[in-house]
Amino acid sequence: MPERKVLTGNHAAAYACKSVGVEVVAAYPITPQSPVVEKISEFVESGELPNTQFVTVESEQSAISAVVAASQMGARVFTASSANGLAYMYEILCWAAGSRLPLVMCIATRALGAPWSVWTDHQDAFSVRDVGFIQQFVESNQEAYDTVLMSYRVAEDPRVYLPAFVSYDGYILSHTMMSVQIEDDDKVREFLPPLKPHIHLTDFENVHSVNPVTPPGLTVRPEGNTPGYYEFRYSMQKAHEYAIEVIEEVAKEFETKFGRAYGNGIYKPYKADDAEVLIFAVGSVASESRGVVDTLRDEGIKIGLISLKLYRPFPIQHLRKAFNKAKLVVVFDRDVGYGMEGILAAELKSALYAADHRPIIRGFIVGLGGRDITADQLINGVKKAIEEQDNREVQLDTHVDFIGLQLNELGFKKEEI
Amino acid sequence: MVRTEQDIKLEKKVSQTILASQQTPAVGEAGHTGEWRTKRPILHTEKCLVVKTGKLTCNLCWLYCPENTVSRSIPPKFNYDYCKGCGICATECPAHAIEMISEKEAPSCEGNEGGN
Repeated sequence: MPERKVLTGNHAAAYACKSVGVEVVAAYPITPQSPVVEKISEFVESGELPNTQFVTVESEQSAISAVVAASQMGARVFTASSANGLAYMYEILCWAAGSRLPLVMCIATRALGAPWSVWTDHQDAFSVRDVGFIQQFVESNQEAYDTVLMSYRVAEDPRVYLPAFVSYDGYILSHTMMSVQIEDDDKVREFLPPLKPHIHLTDFENVHSVNPVTPPGLTVRPEGNTPGYYEFRYSMQKAHEYAIEVIEEVAKEFETKFGRAYGNGIYKPYKADDAEVLIFAVGSVASESRGVVDTLRDEGIKIGLISLKLYRPFPIQHLRKAFNKAKLVVVFDRDVGYGMEGILAAELKSALYAADHRPIIRGFIVGLGGRDITADQLINGVKKAIEEQDNREVQLDTHVDFIGLQLNELGFKKEEI
Repeated sequence: MVRTEQDIKLEKKVSQTILASQQTPAVGEAGHTGEWRTKRPILHTEKCLVVKTGKLTCNLCWLYCPENTVSRSIPPKFNYDYCKGCGICATECPAHAIEMISEKEAPSCEGNEGGN
């Protein structure tokens, strides 16, 4: 029988690892991720995960190196990190993706230093955008549990073979209790068959090295090392492009088997059908926006939300459809592409550039370093965007709006300048 | 040109086939890298656990060699054509059966004789 437990986001992720039967876990503690690996280590210690090896390491770079190595031996592996720890993993994340290893890792999102902050924003998750991982954001602890299950299924699919991130907001999910349904191990096993690894470093009769120096030109050698680097990277891009249909398919199967769905597995629409104004956001910002949509609907504004679940591969075709009626899209980014604008806003603009219907896209930055995002702030942002949507001067302006700054209290007053 | 069905099939095939760069041991661009060696590993077979037990048991020298130049055999043999003399095998050997000796003092070692 499935079990209902009251769990934090971190513990939901740990229970997901237990359900899928991870074989090797290596992680280094960092706030707010630490409890996920502490819980897994408890499972290993108590014998609840008899076939799991927990490797203690001295840093995040070692943690990801250990799971990459274990994955190359054919094990199902897991790790997790946050912010600066994730940044320290950066190099090896590229090796994981470049070897197309089906590892799954959680990011309990946290602001990157400097200055030190342990609170949530999405800068860390977006900073690893281009390493080649599948990237997903979730809004609840149940969604974190379910998305880890689905991620293993997608990552290990021979049509995909890509590592995957599951990102949940530090504290807002990682340390907040919610009701989570833990599924039967047998049922999870039916959904997630045993891993069929494509690298077998345990085949001692047929010794291989992985990832030798690959010259710029195409080098055809009988002993391997073909094709060239360029072809590997092309293959990775294509794997991303075609992973979207697998992700959708897996989400459908998950719904049939377990009865839970998160939109189409790509994005979660909320009151979006007849919406003239749509909010676009991920994670905690999206969940905060749900209440904002309700409030503004009561005021008579035809507004809805597109909460993005799958960030990489970026679901361009899906987003063109999702926004094909809206007049205005308000993007709330809990991150900045420094010197440009919010990362989601920039990417949405890029995705819709060639679309038949191009809504006005207005981006705002919110809640960096865990600054509380209030419903009122989001409502004011939406109203400002509605008011200024036809103002050509505003559209042409390139400054980026930050919502919720408290410059006044620091003595910066416009009227005194 | 819009991609045809064949284009899509080809792209999918590529994305599902070209997965990870793997190579069997082979002569690299640098040729016989054993020439870089300043110290050479030699095996004292009387101490070696594999030789003593007559079984492929320990073989840590083979497992840890980053260049795959130690054989998984009884006794383990070194491929001096490619052994760069890093000494990891000697460090890992629990029986201290591998000694690193200076190339200047080593007897001439043509070909792939291995052992001592």
